[in-house]
Amino acid sequence: MLKKRLVAVLILRDGQVVQSVKFKHTNVIHYDAVHAMEAFNKWAVDEIVVLNVSRAPDSREQFVDVVANISRHCFVPLAAGGWIDSEEYAQRLLRSGADKLVVNTILNDDPALVRRLASRYGRQCIVGSMDVKRDESGLCKVMVDRGMRKVEAFPEEWAKRIVELGVGEIFFNSIDHDGARKGYDLVSLEHICKAVTVPVIAFGGVFTWDHLVQGIQANASAAAAANIFHYTEQSTRKAKSHMAKAGVDVRLQGRTLS
Amino acid sequence: MSAGPIAIVDYGMGNLRSVQNAVEHVGGSCVVVDDPASLVGFGKVILPGVGAFAQAVACLHETGMTAALNERREAGAQILGICLGMQLMCRQSEEDGLHQGLNWFPASVVHFDAEAGLAVPHMGWNSVTFQKDDPLLAGLDSGGDAYFLHSYYVHCDEPSDALATAEYGVRFDAMLQRGNLRGIQFHPEKSQEFGLALIKNYLELQC
Repeated sequence: MLKKRLVAVLILRDGQVVQSVKFKHTNVIHYDAVHAMEAFNKWAVDEIVVLNVSRAPDSREQFVDVVANISRHCFVPLAAGGWIDSEEYAQRLLRSGADKLVVNTILNDDPALVRRLASRYGRQCIVGSMDVKRDESGLCKVMVDRGMRKVEAFPEEWAKRIVELGVGEIFFNSIDHDGARKGYDLVSLEHICKAVTVPVIAFGGVFTWDHLVQGIQANASAAAAANIFHYTEQSTRKAKSHMAKAGVDVRLQGRTLS
Repeated sequence: MSAGPIAIVDYGMGNLRSVQNAVEHVGGSCVVVDDPASLVGFGKVILPGVGAFAQAVACLHETGMTAALNERREAGAQILGICLGMQLMCRQSEEDGLHQGLNWFPASVVHFDAEAGLAVPHMGWNSVTFQKDDPLLAGLDSGGDAYFLHSYYVHCDEPSDALATAEYGVRFDAMLQRGNLRGIQFHPEKSQEFGLALIKNYLELQC
């Protein structure tokens, strides 16, 4: 049967790996994306997600180069996203070695483009990223455009809607939990996992290996983290063994490549 | 290691870069070949592919690649089909109607049963069980995990053609081998060291 996946996320701003805290990216982590990639490759990670969170749309060019460099060393599936707003740019990312496209804002602003991408490349190629945030009244709503614009939809409605558009997988994050070190937003995560049949990747807030296990227990198919992997030696291997010990069915290979 | 670069067949379906990256990573060299006439002489040929079966078959026929591949097959070249490339080596596929393949393996390509309650496509890491010995599997342990991404699976008429199987609601043929012909349903180029070891073994096959 299918294994639960451990996903490493690289957050890039202007070509540099950064730490993300509630969608603010002030802390540059001092190594480049390719080095991070090589470490993940050796350490049992099952998939890589690389996101361009630059505020400037002209970061697209540099990001394509980063994807091309990463993919040369990436022997697990690679998903790339950020500023995808045309078929032409989506194609450039795929040609640069991305296996999947991560889309967020166009799910709201240009659903027709999402449909076109899904029909051209297959829904398995389209990962719908959805960010949620609790508003003043305590209700959880979906945000787009790097967390800056609210969509009047509850997470589970939104999840269903984007699957109808052609998304083959959901990458879930909570802005309140992002970088907050308290684990995933398990309540929203569970609702989303119940609402759709496509795989859901949990992201945002991992600070202990047990947080990864909690994501899987909330029915996610994959547990993702970013910041934590940059600060621990052999971190993805440790994460994997913790998941296995907790009874999660994970891929246990991933010994160092010679 | 056998001499000469590997030909990676480009017939207009999908991204070949990751297969190239993997071959180069394990010490091989490769040439992307889109002109059928240029395929002559290669001792090793990889037939990759992502996308729809019917369109891929049409591309192979239109580009003249079908004849060139059959010529290489007759000449004894070690041919490796990956993902859709393996399915193309089969007799037929039921993807979007019934379509004829290269018919190198008496095998059919059928859709995963959605009624089994499993998400289709079959996407993710799943274990691969070896069914017989082959130099392609040298040094690898049966039961290792590989990265799969497909909605249709291969079922061989002759069990002896199945090099490895996997399970997703149903047991299906995950690798094929008959003589100089081999197929891999999963993506070795995305299956970390398990997949890279397979590609390395492929490079070392005698022509």
